[in-house]
Amino acid sequence: MLRYIALRGLLALLVAFTVSLAAFFLLNVATDPAQAIAGEDAPPEVVESIRARYGLDRPLPVRYADWLGGVMTGDFGESYYWHKPVATLVADRADETITLALSALAVTILIAIPLGALAALNPNSWIDRFALGVAVSAQAVPNFWLGLIVIILFAVTFPIFPVSGDDTWRHFVLPAFVLGASSVPAVMRLTRTGLIEVMGADYIRTARAKGFRGWPLLRRHALRNALLPVISVLAVQLGQKFGGSVITESIFAINGLGRLALESILGADIPTVQMLIFVFAIVFVAMNLLADILNAALDPRIRIG
Amino acid sequence: MSALLEIRDLSVALPLPAGTLHAVREVDLTLDRGQSIGIVGESGSGKSMTALALMRLLPRGARHGATRLAFDGVDLASLSDAGFAREIAGPRIGMIFQEPMTSLNPVYTIGRQMTEGAVSRGMLSAPDARRKALDLLDRVGIPDPETRFGQFPHQMSGGQRQRVMIAMTLMLDPELLIADEPTTALDVTVQAQILDLLDDLRRERDMATILISHDLAVVAERTDSVAVMYGGQVIEQGAADDVLHRPAHPYTQSLLHAIPQVGGTPARLSAIPGTVPSLTRPPTACVFAPRCDHRRAECVAQRPPTRTGASGHAWRCVLETPPRSGRGAEPLRAPPTAANADIVLAARDVRQVYTTRKAMFAAKREIVALDGVSIDLHRGETLALIGESGSGKSTLARILLGLAEPTSGEVTMLGRPVAALSPVERASFVQPVFQDPYSSLNPRRRLSEIIERPLWLRGEHDAAKRKAAVDEAMDHVRLPKRLLHSYPSQLSGGQRQRVAIARALVTRPEALVCDEPTSALDVSVQAQILNLLDDLRAEMGLTCLIITHDMAVVHQVADRVAVMLEGRIVEEGPAQRVLASPESAYTARLLAAAPRFEAVPDRLEVAQ
Repeated sequence: MLRYIALRGLLALLVAFTVSLAAFFLLNVATDPAQAIAGEDAPPEVVESIRARYGLDRPLPVRYADWLGGVMTGDFGESYYWHKPVATLVADRADETITLALSALAVTILIAIPLGALAALNPNSWIDRFALGVAVSAQAVPNFWLGLIVIILFAVTFPIFPVSGDDTWRHFVLPAFVLGASSVPAVMRLTRTGLIEVMGADYIRTARAKGFRGWPLLRRHALRNALLPVISVLAVQLGQKFGGSVITESIFAINGLGRLALESILGADIPTVQMLIFVFAIVFVAMNLLADILNAALDPRIRIG
Repeated sequence: MSALLEIRDLSVALPLPAGTLHAVREVDLTLDRGQSIGIVGESGSGKSMTALALMRLLPRGARHGATRLAFDGVDLASLSDAGFAREIAGPRIGMIFQEPMTSLNPVYTIGRQMTEGAVSRGMLSAPDARRKALDLLDRVGIPDPETRFGQFPHQMSGGQRQRVMIAMTLMLDPELLIADEPTTALDVTVQAQILDLLDDLRRERDMATILISHDLAVVAERTDSVAVMYGGQVIEQGAADDVLHRPAHPYTQSLLHAIPQVGGTPARLSAIPGTVPSLTRPPTACVFAPRCDHRRAECVAQRPPTRTGASGHAWRCVLETPPRSGRGAEPLRAPPTAANADIVLAARDVRQVYTTRKAMFAAKREIVALDGVSIDLHRGETLALIGESGSGKSTLARILLGLAEPTSGEVTMLGRPVAALSPVERASFVQPVFQDPYSSLNPRRRLSEIIERPLWLRGEHDAAKRKAAVDEAMDHVRLPKRLLHSYPSQLSGGQRQRVAIARALVTRPEALVCDEPTSALDVSVQAQILNLLDDLRAEMGLTCLIITHDMAVVHQVADRVAVMLEGRIVEEGPAQRVLASPESAYTARLLAAAPRFEAVPDRLEVAQ
């Protein structure tokens, strides 16, 4: 088991570096960083001097090796725009995004799993149809639109929550709901299908024949089996929340990594974009790894082959 | 003393899109303490539904009703679902099921699943429950209970899981144990052990049992009384000896005669024509009438009265005295195989080794599936390959079909190595027929398309020729032409297996390889297919390798038999000789374990 985790961890790192390599080359091909730093209208001499000062006149592989060497020592370079170490910049902003992503995940879990379970236990009932309606709407509605709608409803018309900002927990309610809603359809439907399948399984019939019914039956025999696949998907969804924070943070003016990413992209602040991509990739890969480990821990068929 | 279980006029109805299915109707059963009853019937006869209704385990939406449903004097209808679950299901009536592989929860340990019922009811403390579970595991024949207690279901074999299931129901000391096809998914030797175990436990604990099976032979030796179900009704019941040796209902008689025997000279089986009726309309006539040899005008005009014989023997039939009938004595049609016929298909020293990894980075393990197997299939003969699951039969079949390449060794078709043949040549040489006709036919194609497909693949582009070949194949397997444009879902299991055989025959292959061709079918339908194989041998000199686990099927159709154990052929010889005096100890064990019901024709007398 330990060996398995170690090897999967190594694989995860490999994936993250592959992503960073691809990102590095694409970014440097798509934009001219020297031009970006100097500004659109800067004379060519200025651009050239900047190119020389930042070492941007060296070939791409050399610059990547240089970057990678820095990463190994925790140095992700300096932001062209903020003139601060990128690592500090990201560390300062990470709190907001982590809070947002985790609370969005909590929203997803709290809505999707009970709703999916109720739908599964009463197939074709009104609650099942309601759940289906929720899933279809949540799937169809774009994130930014839902964000604007909840701002109008719950911050403007009924001023229950603040419109934007990230000072108190109240600021996070609406964005967490918006970001969480996007994962509800997938998680809910998986819960529903999983539980319907499990409730029809032979071992549930066995448990019923032993006299289990209702909540004890669900708790003792159905939930763990039905939620095994859901856990993997939740982990992947959490990874996506970090990526999804770009839009949500912009709408709600939360000063997190998503907003930082947007600003850096617009400002062609390549070192910052580069680190953010690397961080998002690491988070995503780590979440998948976590899902695998959790599944192995919960399912003896994986743990004890 | 009042009966332990009393069921009067039980009916079960399932609402389906096509109409209400009356799965069980007017079932009466009585069982005394410590007694055993066998419920037998073909698929769809309502035998499992009867037990599920009793245990309140019917599928969602199903309704059941009865004029009386009482257990030990308690009217079960007066109990709420919660009351029933608390007081009856588990502590008084235990139930085990057909699928031991899936009937235990894969994510919890054996120990937890065994003890939870008693502990959550407060009947035993956790340490006491553990002690009792260990004792019971030991009693049902699980070696090293201490270790097994902490293990998970997937770490055990099917037979062991069924033992665990039995031990688990015994944790609550039920007075009645219902076993629904407890051994259908298991090998014969394991089946015999499990049935013996159930029998011993019944005697030890004075526990009543209901044994549900599609296999008359399983029930024959082990129960006091037998109820035969057909079309949702109990059409005959009584003491096991009466029902099985002096059957009064034409259906019971036909069913007994349709079972192939292990001894004697093989003869044509008396197959029951037609198929099991659909039960969407309430009965206005005898349910068996459409398939009955003794049908009269009254049979379809009115519902048959219940007739009674000695010692509680009862049956539903219009006839006042049971018809006299005997097992068909018509000899097999197929001629004996010529001694020096060509070798059509041969395997020489075939070895198949699989390597697996337990986990992505774990070390490789080798599994030897076939260990130096040599076998010849002569023109015109039927060779049976028999063995238990995991013995390598199906692996060998795949290799003989050219669907898999052996690790070493050679397969030749009429002397040519199979590796040198193109896939099309190979396919026109040997064709498969698979076990499950429900999943081996493409549900989106019509019969005509399914059957002509091999001709297409061979490059036969003349539609008229294809049509002629399809017609001929349909004739061979006795499928009416009107079915040509049907889909598989519109056919019965027996008809589907005929389609599979027609599809295999359409290119006129040298040989067929049939992998358990009848084990998914009911007894009466199995008889039709076994007779069909006999016809095909007589009419077209069919060469056939038949893989089976059923000794009676071997006796019925095979000229020669090869017995497989752990990837090796341990015995090979003429079927009659091997079955009569096996040389290998393993063959002898298989034969001894095979459930048999010796309904020799002259022992079948008329009741009364």
